[in-house]
Amino acid sequence: MTTVKSTLIKFQSIIALFVMCVVLIILSDKFFTVENGWNIARQISINVCISVGMTLVILTKGIDLSVGSMLALSGAVAAGLLKYGLEIPSMNTYVGFTVFGAILAGLAVGGGLGVFNGWMITNFKVPSFVATLAMLTIARGATMLWTGGFPITGLGDHFAFIGTGWFLGIPMPVWITVIVVILAVILTTKTKFGRHIYAIGGNESAARLSGININKVKIWVYTIAGILAAVGGIILTSRLDSAQPNAGMSYELDAIAAVVIGGTSLSGGRGSIMGTVQGALIIGVLNSGLVLLNVSPFWQQIIKGLVILLAVILDRLNYANED
Amino acid sequence: MKEQRETILQAKSITKKFGKVTVLDDVNIDVHQGKVNVIIGENGAGKSTLMKILSGVYSDYDGEILLNNKVVNFSNPKEAMENGIAIMHQELNLIPYLSITANIFLGREITNQFGILSTNQMHDKVDELLKRLDCNLSPRTLVSELRVGEQQLVEIAKALLEDAKVIIMDEPTSAISDSEVEVLFKIIKNLKTQDVGILYISHKLDELFTIADRFIGLRDGKMVGIIEDVRNTGKEDLIKLMVGRNIENRFQKEILPIGDDLLGVENLNLIQADNKARYLLKDINFSLKKGEVLGIFGLMGAGRTELLETLFGLYPKLSTCKLTIEKKEVNISSVQDAILNGLALVPENRKEDGLVLQMDVSKNISMVSTDRVIRNGFLNKHLETNLARKYIDSLHIKLSSEKQLARNLSGGNQQKVVLAKWLANQPKVLFLDEPTRGIDVNAKNEIYHLISQLASKGLGLIVVSSELPEIMAISDRILILSQGKITGEFNRTSANEEAIMQAATST
Repeated sequence: MTTVKSTLIKFQSIIALFVMCVVLIILSDKFFTVENGWNIARQISINVCISVGMTLVILTKGIDLSVGSMLALSGAVAAGLLKYGLEIPSMNTYVGFTVFGAILAGLAVGGGLGVFNGWMITNFKVPSFVATLAMLTIARGATMLWTGGFPITGLGDHFAFIGTGWFLGIPMPVWITVIVVILAVILTTKTKFGRHIYAIGGNESAARLSGININKVKIWVYTIAGILAAVGGIILTSRLDSAQPNAGMSYELDAIAAVVIGGTSLSGGRGSIMGTVQGALIIGVLNSGLVLLNVSPFWQQIIKGLVILLAVILDRLNYANED
Repeated sequence: MKEQRETILQAKSITKKFGKVTVLDDVNIDVHQGKVNVIIGENGAGKSTLMKILSGVYSDYDGEILLNNKVVNFSNPKEAMENGIAIMHQELNLIPYLSITANIFLGREITNQFGILSTNQMHDKVDELLKRLDCNLSPRTLVSELRVGEQQLVEIAKALLEDAKVIIMDEPTSAISDSEVEVLFKIIKNLKTQDVGILYISHKLDELFTIADRFIGLRDGKMVGIIEDVRNTGKEDLIKLMVGRNIENRFQKEILPIGDDLLGVENLNLIQADNKARYLLKDINFSLKKGEVLGIFGLMGAGRTELLETLFGLYPKLSTCKLTIEKKEVNISSVQDAILNGLALVPENRKEDGLVLQMDVSKNISMVSTDRVIRNGFLNKHLETNLARKYIDSLHIKLSSEKQLARNLSGGNQQKVVLAKWLANQPKVLFLDEPTRGIDVNAKNEIYHLISQLASKGLGLIVVSSELPEIMAISDRILILSQGKITGEFNRTSANEEAIMQAATST
């Protein structure tokens, strides 16, 4: 009995996903098609990238509200550098960027913003909620400044390949996401760094007394979250062939939702990357299904909110006797 | 003045058990009206538990409590307070960003017929209470602006608002300055004339004589004596009442040859973070040799834990110290430094500071020595399991598998996991802070044997304990701390309970 129960708990996300798919296959003949499958995969790939970073942050008992804005700024920086290059009038220089160079610059922006988040949180003891809330508006403002409030479009075929191309029959965003997920799974389960993330989230005081450098680990975690937001930003910009100043608005909420539905505890130390991937899949399938079933967008939001609540309540019930 | 004061509160045959451990065993005490009734006893004698029963924190016990000769059973502290029994905790329970009045009236605010607070009426009442205590603070002052001594006055005023007949004070002078102690004592004398019975707990024997009217001794959860005649009582009489605890087991560490210098501590000082003028530790000098077990004994607040934590690099900005390890001077300014230099600390609270409870045992054991279970840059399950099993076997940790979560182990086994975590890193010096707190007799014994065994392998151990029999059983040498200073040093032959207690209570 107990083993049946614990197995059910262990696979509850997969079971939920399976049930949803079966229901949608019965209700809609458009759901179970190859085309729709790739559609869902492409749509969730950006959320998965961001959510992976968010998972690391939440495992350390933190939160990162700035991922949507970091996504926008790094996408815009990559697009802008690619299209216009960098002009420094005071030094009378002009630097042109290749696709590769522009992407690297975008990632560096994400990473840099993440370092800043981590530095605020560790060095000045600013709560992560506040530090990343500030970054949410700072990076959004910077995006507006950089773009002048207008989209940057016409980025060329090479750049567009990242978001729209196919490789070995699989869309590029899916490739990127799969690589991100594999690296993150290795990082969290097979490395000392990953172990330290869980230890800090589980009991920061015990981790400190065990000689773990808490600040270093936390700064890295926010940095990775920033870099992964930038990865999402580059995929999005490439797919739309346009860096929108308001790209990624409220993406942080979808990411937190995926992490929470995937069973990672907001109080830190418990959860997994694969759980988050399942959470993102549940949200993706739900979105797609509700659209196919012609559910009104207003109802879609309400249903999504209820699913988040349900996931957390289930989680609470499962771990009730631990608290 | 009345010659014979009345008994206002009586505890009859109180017995309290936590699991299998009997903390209070058939205790009878009575609290006299208008007197300062002092309870003395070593750490762990059962004083705090008794206070918690009298003030309604624990409602589940055997025996009877009589208030004014009527049997009462409080189910919570609020009920006790409403019946006139107030407790002033060691840690004050005030809300910092509310005014004195708001704190005093918390939970029993006066409101008008619209549900709006009658602020002025409450301020006036508090003003009156504070005047009764000879205190001219404004009732509107925020508690965060008060010093600790003033906060205590607020607690007392709170008790007076409820017309308290008995006020329990748990170590009220442990955190306040001498001048504040004087004020407090004046208030206590004032309360006595208002027929309030004070039940007072303190370790500071010297100051007790200026305030106490009678002494009640507790030891091992039993009442061991009452001294009604305070005038003809000396400090020695009190110490006799405190010491002489029974030990369930008569463990005695074997005497082994002691090796070379291992750790040298010179001029260690530690200041308080929020009051840089106050020293928590002052002029500490001592040394430790290989194979030696150095016991550190002190009463509550003596600075025992702080000493270990300072050596372990937790207060680099607040402390100064010249430290030598194996005759080489070292600089330890972080936990990482401490670990690199071969130090290890098993902290006092294993659940809060020692373990990651939701992690499995093997991960907890490899927490410090993670590098030992890495192969080709990645954590290796096989190596990790082997490391865990090695220590599970050698320390006799009882569990179903090394994958069991740390939270599901008993206290003794959890403590062994913390030990295993540090031993896996092969330290030179092991600090143990209250290593047997809250664990059963068998596990205690095992830990004593382990301490002895580690010393025989050449480790140096510093063991902090607040249990006198324990410290005497396991130490080769004992240092006594009192209020941040070393006030005594004993070796095996010179150590006796009364002399140690004398040193621990001196200033």
